[in-house]
Amino acid sequence: MKALMALVSGLLFGLGLTISGMINPAKVINFLDLAGNWDPSLAFVMAGALAVTAVGYRLVFRRAAPVCDSQFHVPTNRVLDKRLIGGSVLFGIGWGMGGFCPGPAIAALSGGFVPVFAFVAAMLLGMQLKSMLVK
Amino acid sequence: MTEFTPVSALLGGALIGVSAVLMMAMLGRIAGISGILGGLLAPSEGGWGWKFAFVAGIVVAPLIYGAVMGAPADISLPHSVPLMVIGGLLVGFGTRLGGGCTSGHGVCGIARLSPRSIVATLVFMAAGFVTVFVLHHLGGVS
Repeated sequence: MKALMALVSGLLFGLGLTISGMINPAKVINFLDLAGNWDPSLAFVMAGALAVTAVGYRLVFRRAAPVCDSQFHVPTNRVLDKRLIGGSVLFGIGWGMGGFCPGPAIAALSGGFVPVFAFVAAMLLGMQLKSMLVK
Repeated sequence: MTEFTPVSALLGGALIGVSAVLMMAMLGRIAGISGILGGLLAPSEGGWGWKFAFVAGIVVAPLIYGAVMGAPADISLPHSVPLMVIGGLLVGFGTRLGGGCTSGHGVCGIARLSPRSIVATLVFMAAGFVTVFVLHHLGGVS
């Protein structure tokens, strides 16, 4: 049941990335290119996602627990530390270089483009390096 | 040059929101891609099955879109392979160090008004703006 629900959720997520154009790095880079041919679409993707999630979460959290588990697994850490800032800086630099954040990168795999495979392989390596180097 | 597409952007964004709400309602989990991918790389954490199913859904979805629409979605890659490799390394390392990416912090975290997620999102957006400015307007990458 959990896996089926996760599959449906992944499909919706992937369709959202595809329909919104976020699967296309050119579109993401044009959003980040304020001084060039700025394409504000990504801000609308965020707005649409946030509106639905903010309202939806509010309804979901009225329940004591999710349908398929005994409790919600929600981060409770509220500390702004160096890792949060440093990690987000590195992520933002990589996002500007590749035009991909993790979701769109794996969604774009099915296109069969070599640079996408290269990006995803490097991204997984980067994740592995983090767990090896930083405890 | 890409066209500004507010309607499909809002619609696609709303679908991402539905996905995030479904994950929380059913599994009680944040739909954070970097965290879920990191979990797949560390099978001892548990929950491998649902994490794999979620990622599989994301990978397959564009193929369904292509079959229904009769043509795949546009994907154009403006940057060279070396830039993609360095970018991928930084995205992988950075999202795990910072505890999230555009989905986990940018959508799920901000929707919960998490201060860490609000700060992380402002920081990675700013870093992205600066990086593209440096590459395109100072570095001559087009």
